[in-house]
Amino acid sequence: MSETILRLEDVTRIHGTDEAQVTALAGVSLEVAAGELVAVMGPSGSGKSTLLNLAGGLDAPTTGNVVIEGQVLGQLGKDGLARLRRRRVGFVFQDFNLIPSLTAAENVALPLELDGQRVGKARRRAVDALNVVGVGELADRYPDKMSGGQQQRVAIARALVGDRRLVLADEPTGALDSHTGEGVLRVLRERCDAGAAGLLVTHEARHAAWADRVVFLRDGVVVDSTGGDVAESLLEPTA
Amino acid sequence: MSVRQGLMALLATGPMYGAQLRAEFEARTGGTWPLNVGQVYTTLGRLERDGFVEGIGADDEGRISYRLTDTGRREVTAWWTSPVDRETTPRDELVIKLALAVTVDGVDVPTVVQTQRTATMRHLRDLTRLKQQAMAASDTHAGQAGDDVKRDDQGRIDLAWLLVLENLIFAGEAEVRWLDHVESTLVREAVRGPGARRTPPAYGHDTDRTTEGARS
Repeated sequence: MSETILRLEDVTRIHGTDEAQVTALAGVSLEVAAGELVAVMGPSGSGKSTLLNLAGGLDAPTTGNVVIEGQVLGQLGKDGLARLRRRRVGFVFQDFNLIPSLTAAENVALPLELDGQRVGKARRRAVDALNVVGVGELADRYPDKMSGGQQQRVAIARALVGDRRLVLADEPTGALDSHTGEGVLRVLRERCDAGAAGLLVTHEARHAAWADRVVFLRDGVVVDSTGGDVAESLLEPTA
Repeated sequence: MSVRQGLMALLATGPMYGAQLRAEFEARTGGTWPLNVGQVYTTLGRLERDGFVEGIGADDEGRISYRLTDTGRREVTAWWTSPVDRETTPRDELVIKLALAVTVDGVDVPTVVQTQRTATMRHLRDLTRLKQQAMAASDTHAGQAGDDVKRDDQGRIDLAWLLVLENLIFAGEAEVRWLDHVESTLVREAVRGPGARRTPPAYGHDTDRTTEGARS
């Protein structure tokens, strides 16, 4: 069994107080191991975004624990949490969220520089990360000179640059056409096959199908999961 | 139907004997529609009877090769240039199951929907794994240098397999989307309250529907 990178332990998130209370998540437990890509599906309002925000330490659970690489987020102070987010967690968003005034390499190097790494070293690691996702030749290009698919690859490189192994992706193909979107998922899949842990929120079945496992959310509760076993019969393609 | 037309389409590329036809058919459809040799020979027998193919003698091992007649060639051209008849598509068990589930008392329809969705997603994931492998194989072939003919041939078979897989993926995706739709329809019906439309309008609940239609 691979090392668990992300663990949600009986996590509940309630927004508001008294009559205005809304339970966004109710007792959700979930694990994502190194090498695994897990998809979360569910209708709008089912708690997908809340789940992702909690998993990335952007929001805190009302009860329950979020654990990233053995560290319980609730036990970290503000600085500790910020450091963990910077070093351990990468986000990929629907609209890429690259900084327009920075080149691809500068965008990818940014989290490393913020973490105190020297510019030269950060750049080398950034270019490595760009090469891994197949856009190394775009290192010195600005986001507005890249296609959507290229920008999203840069975002994946940024999410996994350095020692970061947890990538949280919120509808990463939402702004892309079907072929480009698939290319992005293929890159995400490859990064997970290479040892990263991925949590992917999507409402598209064909994209969730790239994951090892799909977790179905309804009204803040996990109602089902596809489990991890791949049909052996299907893994033997005809020669 | 497709086996008959498929074998003729293969014979249009050159004469072949039964086992060869079977192997080619399966390679190009990725084994999605396995054929047995008996089925191939039965089909060839009928095609010969109908004048679409003819035997051209046995080889040293006694295997009889077949080739297309002119009539057969015209039949193949007609197949390529006409659409597939959807009227004869077999009925879908899932559609029948859900149609019955919403009309038979005591069936937990949301669970029926979710069970199917989970199974379909699992199937989609397996297909996507195969597609990932097929894409990797296709990348490898595209990257090979030299030996153009072989590469092209293998590349085309990878492409055929990829197209078959994608067809199955699209079908699975459509099924999941339909299940999502079924679910939201059920939620809407539940919100509207019991007795709103338990049975199809044909059984006399037309008034409910008309009222609802006028309101929305």
